[in-house]
Amino acid sequence: MSKFSTLIFISGLSFLLIVITAQLPIAHPPMLIGQYIIDHAVQDTGVTNIVTSVVLAYRGLDTLGELAILFTAASGVGLLLSNKLNTKLQPSTKTVRLSNSNFIIEHALNLLFPLLLVVGFYVIFHGHLTPGGGFQGGVIIASAFFLNILAKPYKSSDSEIESTHNNLTIIESLSGVTFIAIGLYALISGHDFLEPFLSHGQLGSLWSAGTLPFLYIAVGLKVGAELSSLLITLYDIDSEELTD
Amino acid sequence: MTHFANYLTTYLTTEIILYTGAIGLLVIGLLGLLVLKNIFRLLLSLVIFESGANLFLVLSGFRANGIAPILTSTQENMSQLVMNDPVPQALVLTAIVIGVGIQALALSLIIKIYQRYRTLDMNEIHRKLEQDIAGISQSTPLASQEQPLYLYQKNSLVQNNEGEK
Repeated sequence: MSKFSTLIFISGLSFLLIVITAQLPIAHPPMLIGQYIIDHAVQDTGVTNIVTSVVLAYRGLDTLGELAILFTAASGVGLLLSNKLNTKLQPSTKTVRLSNSNFIIEHALNLLFPLLLVVGFYVIFHGHLTPGGGFQGGVIIASAFFLNILAKPYKSSDSEIESTHNNLTIIESLSGVTFIAIGLYALISGHDFLEPFLSHGQLGSLWSAGTLPFLYIAVGLKVGAELSSLLITLYDIDSEELTD
Repeated sequence: MTHFANYLTTYLTTEIILYTGAIGLLVIGLLGLLVLKNIFRLLLSLVIFESGANLFLVLSGFRANGIAPILTSTQENMSQLVMNDPVPQALVLTAIVIGVGIQALALSLIIKIYQRYRTLDMNEIHRKLEQDIAGISQSTPLASQEQPLYLYQKNSLVQNNEGEK
């Protein structure tokens, strides 16, 4: 009965939404800010990818807040799933043995891993010129590490995981500090916070658009390190605790 | 029949179809959130809901014959170009990354719940949670919202009688 009423509610809601969107100025949005940005972004920031100028220059503070949310989520996952307390109280006696993956998978990994890293860094470095940027490139880099975990499911030793975790934390903190430091330097040298301030350079070349590429490199490293550490935390759950 | 075809071509444009897809994703996600009982499936419904919202937001910046807001060397006359709105695209870019973080947090909460209660069924978890709370606070568990009150009182009376015996 409750499912039936839910269905009635949902069909009514979808009808309402479709009727409302049919009234909207579809494909002719009244974009006041958007048109201003399209007209002025190239002169203001010197980028060719206008979305990058919105993410880093016009709404840079928003991106900083978004990085803070990602950091909060990652530390929340670490807090919830860290099994350091459990292992100290009762050291596990059983060892889980997962079989090694076969020849083909390991060699495909060795082929793909550097390729994914190169593509990820390419997407980050060209974020102000071509489609892509720090967020996308960071996710590609994280997927390279995720592939590593998928292809080699056997557990590495605890100290190894811990050292990887520490390295990732260092990369993540340094990139976050870099992002804020660039913003603060702009503030000290007489601009607004996070305003791009170096010379724009030649439009379309790799060294152009002032500080925006550096900001995007910091964002990319931070996103990549954070997502990798999320995946490693999820992988590091004691698999005994999930099976009866 | 030709009248119907004319009607379709005037009102069923590409944009309307795209918008209907976004609304469909929203509605499927909401339906899953309301109907399903398995908390992992609830999380997946939330993901679908979120992608519908993101698609809707991106579509709101779409313009007829618009191109991606990126300059290339072949475009020389900028004033004649129609570009899509870059602001919703930047918003959705950040929303997707935030969504990934939220999904990971929710997934870790689900893992913790499974480790504690050994089930993913929402009603079962609710029942065990109330039992736990009652055990800690040393009171009788409250009536469930889904259980009629008279049935609950009857059950608790039976339990009390059994306890006295």
